[in-house]
Amino acid sequence: MKKSVLFGSVAAVVLAASGAMAAEGDTLNEVKTRGVLNCGVNTGLVGFAAPDANGNWSGFDVAFCKALAAAVLGDGEKVKYVPLTGQTRFTALSSGEVDILARNSTWTFQRDTDLKLDFIGVNYYDGQGFMVRKDQRVTSAKELNGASICIQTGTTTELNLADYFKANNMEYRPVNIDSNAEGEQQYLARACDAYTTDVSGLAATRAAFADPENHIILPEIVSKEPLGPAVRHGDNNWGDIARWTLYALVAAEEYGVTSANIDELAKSSGNPEVQRLLGATDELGTMIGLDAAWAVRAIKAGGNYGEIFAKTIGEETPIGLARGLNAQWTQGGLLYAMPFR
Amino acid sequence: MVSYPGAESPPFRLSMLIYDRRYRSLTLQAVVFILAMLAASWFINNTLQNLAALGKTLSFDFLFRRAGYDIPQQLIPYNSDDTHLRAAVVGLLNTLLVSFLGCITATILGVLAGVLRLSSNWLIARLMTVYVEIFRNIPLLLWILLILAIFSEVLPPPNAYRGDTPEAGMILFETIAPTNRYTAIPSLGMTNSPGTLTFGRIGISWAFITYAVAFVAAVLAHRLIRARAQRVQDRTGIRPVTWWISLSIYLLPLLFLTWYFGLHLVPPALRGFNFADGINLDNSFVVLWLALTLYTGAFIAEITRAGILAVSKGQSEAAFALGLRPRRTMSLVVLPQALRVIVPPLISQYLNLTKNSSLAIAVGYMDLRGTLGGTTLNQTGREMECMVLMMAVYLVLCLGISSGMNLFNSGVRLKER
Repeated sequence: MKKSVLFGSVAAVVLAASGAMAAEGDTLNEVKTRGVLNCGVNTGLVGFAAPDANGNWSGFDVAFCKALAAAVLGDGEKVKYVPLTGQTRFTALSSGEVDILARNSTWTFQRDTDLKLDFIGVNYYDGQGFMVRKDQRVTSAKELNGASICIQTGTTTELNLADYFKANNMEYRPVNIDSNAEGEQQYLARACDAYTTDVSGLAATRAAFADPENHIILPEIVSKEPLGPAVRHGDNNWGDIARWTLYALVAAEEYGVTSANIDELAKSSGNPEVQRLLGATDELGTMIGLDAAWAVRAIKAGGNYGEIFAKTIGEETPIGLARGLNAQWTQGGLLYAMPFR
Repeated sequence: MVSYPGAESPPFRLSMLIYDRRYRSLTLQAVVFILAMLAASWFINNTLQNLAALGKTLSFDFLFRRAGYDIPQQLIPYNSDDTHLRAAVVGLLNTLLVSFLGCITATILGVLAGVLRLSSNWLIARLMTVYVEIFRNIPLLLWILLILAIFSEVLPPPNAYRGDTPEAGMILFETIAPTNRYTAIPSLGMTNSPGTLTFGRIGISWAFITYAVAFVAAVLAHRLIRARAQRVQDRTGIRPVTWWISLSIYLLPLLFLTWYFGLHLVPPALRGFNFADGINLDNSFVVLWLALTLYTGAFIAEITRAGILAVSKGQSEAAFALGLRPRRTMSLVVLPQALRVIVPPLISQYLNLTKNSSLAIAVGYMDLRGTLGGTTLNQTGREMECMVLMMAVYLVLCLGISSGMNLFNSGVRLKER
């Protein structure tokens, strides 16, 4: 009796050891089997990713999750949103907790290489700025010498801030915060004189204030912050799917494909590029393990890039961001979708 | 085992490992040991395999790269050009500072509250009961967040001290300015500074060294005087009055040095956005210190009360019968016996406080968890290495505290054979 218990437990340990599995690299199949896309988003940044009172997420980054889910699973609502802080986001992605990270994260060399991530493109060209109260009568970031500055830990902005003040021979008191909500609270309680993050984030944060007119964003842009979705390094097919879904949204705007006219264009467009994009000819989708209509579904989920921008963060919204660098290359911006061919 | 001469021990068979009581316990121990090792090796192997699958290898090189971030409170010089290792040391020192100060204040508060809870004054005893029960029964994190909220919402911003008719006034003769960012307190200034002694980038003022030397000398002189007084008392039966000599050897050099160096307080003054000149005690630090003190103090109060109650009433009655006054009864009879009950659980409380200081993350206090386990971990993506290092540091720290306190315990415990 005792012997069998003993051997049984040894056998169990050996079996468990041999069954130790490493995270495998077939995200597409995993997502399809699971039937839902796990998308890492901000814990709450109005306009980019924030839940409403009923728990429905919306925003610029959320729209990309929806487009990807529509392309892969056929339904833009089959997304599980995983709210992540600046501290937890990359660990969550590399451990497999999320399939894609769409959380206004800056594409940097070290994240792309050392952290083993793959940024699939840029969905928002941003830069770091400072927000202050109007009554402080500060008009330039150069006047912030000695100020207390709220800063989210674990972000590129933390490093840019240190560099900027050092380069300008100024001093500051960092007030470390963990999430945008905490930053908002500390800033409004005047525990810091200025709040620094990406300008888009500042605009989104300000839009949520009771008195947005009393706060200004200083003109200095102290860094380049190309924000984009990221996937795990090593699963190239999944990376391709995410990358070309983003390009599909951008290309759709370039060629005038909108969620309103897409069904019509899919049947009757005379533009060969549009025909290939919408799967009328060539069936590009099959090359990345999807079907021909993947891009149609992705675009229908929330509209093309321009529609998403206008709906979530554009000038008609409380956040009021201009297209600026994020206009199409034909309009003097930096958005440039690679050819669908 | 007792062996009888002449009795033949039976030949060894394999089954005896299980059925013979002499070998069974050894067999079981060996089996459990092997299982434990197997489990450990499985965990380690699994971790390494999964890390390899993610394309990550264990490497501590990142510790020697440029950190690039700033830390608000630093006990040793640090700037963003320093390495992650130095940032971790800055964090560790911050952990040590808040733990050390927390242990001292929690002990003072706890002993006081514990003694007062036994007071015959109904109101004071009940007040202490209320204090102990609310702090002991609500999670520490909630206390930290509550105190932080009070500090940042109730206290005025530095701006409120500006102008001819400021909204907020400094307290204690215009020397201390509590704000929602920090408490600005005066710093020490010298008109006749003797310079500093520098080790690398760390500087120690010669004035501080002089004071330390004067203090140590005073302690030694005080001991000599007391020994002499004891000898005189042993010889003549009359103890000479020495308190004024002791007081003057402590105070006179102090006063002289203060006059010589021109030591004075420099009150904080509002410059630009923040207070300057004084010392700004960050709210994150004050809040954490306060919360750790109040929370752990409640536990120490109960430990103290238990220790005092554990000394039987007969002991103090006997002391009274011998004619000892109440104070001497407490210090010579009750406390020495109470200490041996108090000290062992007190060690656990110190360890708890040290480990609880990692809740600093909730207030943004940059302790070891905030630097090595927070920003460094994030910027480098070396989760495994940072966590392992952090665990090792906390382990060493707590084992150190524990062994130090055990030494103290062996000093105060009841000497018995």
